[in-house]
Amino acid sequence: MPVNAPLLEVQNLCVSFATRGQMIPIVENISFSIGEQEILGLVGESGSGKSVTAMALMGLIDAPGVRITGMALFKGQDLLAMSGKQLRTLRGQEIAMIFQDPMTAFTPVYTIGWQIDEQLRVHQKLSRRQARARTVELLGEMGVPDPLNTANRYPHQLSGGLRQRAMIAMALSCNPSLLIADEPTTALDVTVQAQILDLMRNLRKTYGSSVLLITHDMGVVAETCDKTLVLYSGRVAETGTTQALFAHPQHPYTAALLASIPPMSGPRPERLPAIPGSPPQPLERPAGCAFAPRCTYSHATCLPAPPPAFHAINSHHKVACLLPMEGTPLPPRFSANTTATV
Amino acid sequence: MPPNSTSLQTTRDEPVLTVKDVYKTYTLNKGQTLKAVDGISFSVMSGEVLGLVGESGCGKSTLGRCLLRLHDVTSGQIIFEGQDITHLPERTLRPLRQRMQMVFQDSYASLNPRRRIGDLLAEPLKVHGTVNGERRSASAITQRLAELMELVSLPRAALARYPHEFSGGQRQRINIARALALSPRLIVADEPVSALDVSVQAQIVNLFADLQKQLGLTYVFIAHDLAVVRQISTRVAVMYLGAIVELGETDNVLHHSVHPYTIALTQAVPRPVVGTPQHAPLRGEIPSPVHKPSGCRFHTRCPAAQARCAHDAPQLRPIAPNHEVACHYPVLSHN
Repeated sequence: MPVNAPLLEVQNLCVSFATRGQMIPIVENISFSIGEQEILGLVGESGSGKSVTAMALMGLIDAPGVRITGMALFKGQDLLAMSGKQLRTLRGQEIAMIFQDPMTAFTPVYTIGWQIDEQLRVHQKLSRRQARARTVELLGEMGVPDPLNTANRYPHQLSGGLRQRAMIAMALSCNPSLLIADEPTTALDVTVQAQILDLMRNLRKTYGSSVLLITHDMGVVAETCDKTLVLYSGRVAETGTTQALFAHPQHPYTAALLASIPPMSGPRPERLPAIPGSPPQPLERPAGCAFAPRCTYSHATCLPAPPPAFHAINSHHKVACLLPMEGTPLPPRFSANTTATV
Repeated sequence: MPPNSTSLQTTRDEPVLTVKDVYKTYTLNKGQTLKAVDGISFSVMSGEVLGLVGESGCGKSTLGRCLLRLHDVTSGQIIFEGQDITHLPERTLRPLRQRMQMVFQDSYASLNPRRRIGDLLAEPLKVHGTVNGERRSASAITQRLAELMELVSLPRAALARYPHEFSGGQRQRINIARALALSPRLIVADEPVSALDVSVQAQIVNLFADLQKQLGLTYVFIAHDLAVVRQISTRVAVMYLGAIVELGETDNVLHHSVHPYTIALTQAVPRPVVGTPQHAPLRGEIPSPVHKPSGCRFHTRCPAAQARCAHDAPQLRPIAPNHEVACHYPVLSHN
């Protein structure tokens, strides 16, 4: 990737919510960048702050007492400093978002076509007829059969896969430079998921869009994303090219997460290498490394604050763990795995 | 805990559960019918884990509920421990229910939020109150609750707390403990790990496997995640639109799949390894069970469909030892 200014550069994003006089830090110091036509995967378990990150970038968090700090430079402008009005022209036009549940993302009282038309008419000032022509064209490109008639149907009349295609068509209608996809395939069956992932991979070729893909599924990341950012309890654990991160995870959390996925081939392990316990609640998050209480490698230096700083393994792989810095990095994934399963 | 003392009724080689040609049909408006379960037969042997996989709407949950008579079947037979339970009146069925239990997907919805864990777990012990004709004493119940907590690796203090105080994984442990309370023989688990995060999912899959070995349980494990099913099952049944399309030992079905649907399904599972070869995804989506395709129900999406498939419905037939398939043109070259 050329090292011009990235399309989106997020620096030290923090999001805290106020509850009963306390500020709860949901997301702490998240930084990442997305280049042109790049797909970045944001992975983590539920409660890790994936969706809050996306919502903060889109200016969609509307909670009293929320505090969002940091910077998010999109084409040089700071999204977090923008007024609601400025953001509104950007959303839909430059940055679009698709959600996990297309049933609730569409309004049930208008047809799919009407809702896509509306977006085109607002942002691109098209006439009704022009907008509908473009809508039908888009639905067709997204692989919706019989787009002319499908446009006249209501969300509940479509299957989950078709609704998600319509949702993507709506998101792409104004040719956004950045598409944020929040668990776009989680509600779908595997065979339909495979179709939608295929579609997402092709978007950058046909539309030149960059994608921020939020998911909990490491398999989806491996098949779709160029770069990966692993979140744990609101903090970045590890980030790097998907290739490097999956072949040689440097954070024990990433390694353990990958190891706990039941394999689809090879010998079946007697027991899955599970991670003990569960992620901490934001208020109970340890001062030092958030993963330390569940980590098999944790030792005295992991516990005191502040959390481990980022250590660059190389120019495209960074990890918030002391192990590589202390000269005892994790072994590569596959040699580690084979010894574990034998 | 002592092994099941009443398991003398059947020997190891006799199936715990046999399902014969079961249909479950719902009548909809306008005289339409929905065949959720459309002629299914199989047996589950003692100590076996039968994985039931398929996409949403294939009828796997309906079937699971029919197995325990939570739904009544439209036709067919369900035989549990050699006894036909299909039409048993509730009064006769009730004592049998101790020996067949269910674990559901939504760990929160399946626990009464207003009752403490101890009360929830004691309920089955009180409802099915008698052991050898005598009521369980309060101390026997307390002791059983402690045993159950140990079985699912929860602290005993958890008994005094409410469901909302636990994480999803812990709540699923509580559900498993409740299912185990009466020492059942058969557990039907309907998507028990699909609402959990991967790291917690592995813990619960391990727990299911450990309990199965420790207590000699028999499972029907319903899930849409093939990797989870592969991990836990001794045999796998793949369902599509209400029928089993492929059935057999786990390795046969998932690694030497012969039905084009099973092959597409296994290929569609995203592997957490960069550079895994991508296969062309299956076309279309699962058709509505109200308007099932004629002939082979999969022919509308099948890459190998031929003219015959459109009108001639294939029956489940053996293709190798411990391996059955319902397809006219099974893919034999596939590895």
